[in-house]
Amino acid sequence: MMKRSFIRLVIALAGMAVMFAAPAEARVEININKGNVEPLPIAITDFLSNNELGPQISQVVAADLKRSGLFAPIDRQAFIEKIADPNRAPRFEDWKVINAQALVTGRVTREGDGRLRAEFRLWDTFAGQQMTGQQFYTQPENWRRVAHIIADAIYKQITGEEGYFDTRVVFVSESGPKTARQRQLAIMDQDGFNVRTLTDARNIVLTPRFSPSRQEVTYMSFEGNQPRVYLLQLETGQREVVGNFPGMTFSPRFSPDGQKVIMSLQQEGNSNIYTMDLRSRTTTRLTSTQAIDTSPSYSPDGTRIAFESDRGGRPQIYVMNADGSGQTRISFGDGSYSTPVWSPRGDLIAFTKQSGGKFSIGVMKTDGSGERILTTGFHNEGPTWAPNGRVLMFFRQAAGSGGPQLYSIDLTGYNEQLIKTPSYASDPAWSPLLE
Amino acid sequence: MSRMQNLARNPAVIALTLALALAGCANKKNLPNSAGELGLGGAGAATPGSQQDFTVNVGDRIFFDTDSSSIRADAQQTLDRQAQWLQRYPNYAITVEGHADERGTREYNLALGARRAAATREYLASRGVPANRMKTISYGKERPVAVCDDISCWSQNRRAVTVLGGAGS
Repeated sequence: MMKRSFIRLVIALAGMAVMFAAPAEARVEININKGNVEPLPIAITDFLSNNELGPQISQVVAADLKRSGLFAPIDRQAFIEKIADPNRAPRFEDWKVINAQALVTGRVTREGDGRLRAEFRLWDTFAGQQMTGQQFYTQPENWRRVAHIIADAIYKQITGEEGYFDTRVVFVSESGPKTARQRQLAIMDQDGFNVRTLTDARNIVLTPRFSPSRQEVTYMSFEGNQPRVYLLQLETGQREVVGNFPGMTFSPRFSPDGQKVIMSLQQEGNSNIYTMDLRSRTTTRLTSTQAIDTSPSYSPDGTRIAFESDRGGRPQIYVMNADGSGQTRISFGDGSYSTPVWSPRGDLIAFTKQSGGKFSIGVMKTDGSGERILTTGFHNEGPTWAPNGRVLMFFRQAAGSGGPQLYSIDLTGYNEQLIKTPSYASDPAWSPLLE
Repeated sequence: MSRMQNLARNPAVIALTLALALAGCANKKNLPNSAGELGLGGAGAATPGSQQDFTVNVGDRIFFDTDSSSIRADAQQTLDRQAQWLQRYPNYAITVEGHADERGTREYNLALGARRAAATREYLASRGVPANRMKTISYGKERPVAVCDDISCWSQNRRAVTVLGGAGS
């Protein structure tokens, strides 16, 4: 289980690093607001250590940066200088000649108390300067997290935006034949490592979503043949039903402050949107139609809610105020639109679109304008945003395949990547940046 | 899109449903328990009033058009037979399971399955099956019976299944 003690990380800027850091003068930068970015050539050397951890951490850092599509780690075989002391300036000429615009050096040591100490420096080879240097202490079993944190620091230094590598994804792990598919909630690091199941396979479980503020997930389970929304504490495994509703509750999501769960309640043939305040336990009805209203998602400031409704005949995306007033349809393209998810930056809504027998993932502005399709195929569904709003994850079932798999794609529609999982996987939900 | 729940707003239907519900007195505990009653005997040898009799001779499921919960003409015939059978054998409680095909999103299909189950229950109620003998559950697109990537399977998966004795799967 995830434990707070495991994820406690002491983060300290090294004195020397602060002294030499001069990011304002560094020339290495990536303008990620352009469409197809030319990835930045970067040399990531093996961190010095007396065991395997140094090279392993370097490999995870390189894999994170490469997968972002913004960096092109250079093959180690091309390296000329062998770094002997990561605290001394490298021979910049040796790195410029292999076209490394940025260089990462580092060291991993074991402290007397058993903790791991990892330090790294990021160099601008053409300016001949250090851009940043940081060190971290953690328990040895957390070495992958340290690597992700270092990758986030490099990403932030060079792109100017927050990273998203030190994050997790909760999803539905699927196994067995389609007619008797078993589903379990599972959690993993964003790169597909450290997969752990959270529920057993007895009950159908669907649509897990992270709390923005706690180690908590809300999801739907068919436990006791009574499909409804639950909360799951990740640290203790404790579960509880959300509310006492007279029908199926489904499609849950947290409010941005983590204090409410918003969801659909089905009664007879209709489904409407409700919230439940987790402290006061009060429930509030937000929509009231003879239709299917579902997939609610708050704007990051909590003032508005995007949702899906077929009140006009086919599923379309609507936006309303947080009190349910001002319900307005925003999607007007061909086909039907489902699963709206508000971007963490607040400016876009991601969706699933069905048109012409195909399923697409796309984004539109919050007034419905500027629709952009990121990927189209036999079946793509259920986008979720990385916490920095640059990358989306979704699930795809290819025609003729045995089950769905998870993919990530850049906001620009480039750099689609398969996230390898031990079994079929669906319903990904990205965590906030870990603390 | 016509919705069967509109039937419930017809006062005559409500009165009929209530009258039957009051007269029904279903004994939910008296469920079949022999192998024959559970449909384990040979086909064609279904004991009248057994699970197998219901599945084979009456038909336990109806099918829907894409994104629709309208009870089709062929489905009405099946549900009419179900209603007659259920009135002849009043000891059974039933669960109507609503299902969707895979060509929709997970959340919408949960709601669509619920809408189909509700429409089926409303129809059965309008044909005299007491409402208090019937429960509904939606499995969305999570429990297909036919697996392929074309309409020959999708049309079988858009269904409502009347399960004797409560939610089974």
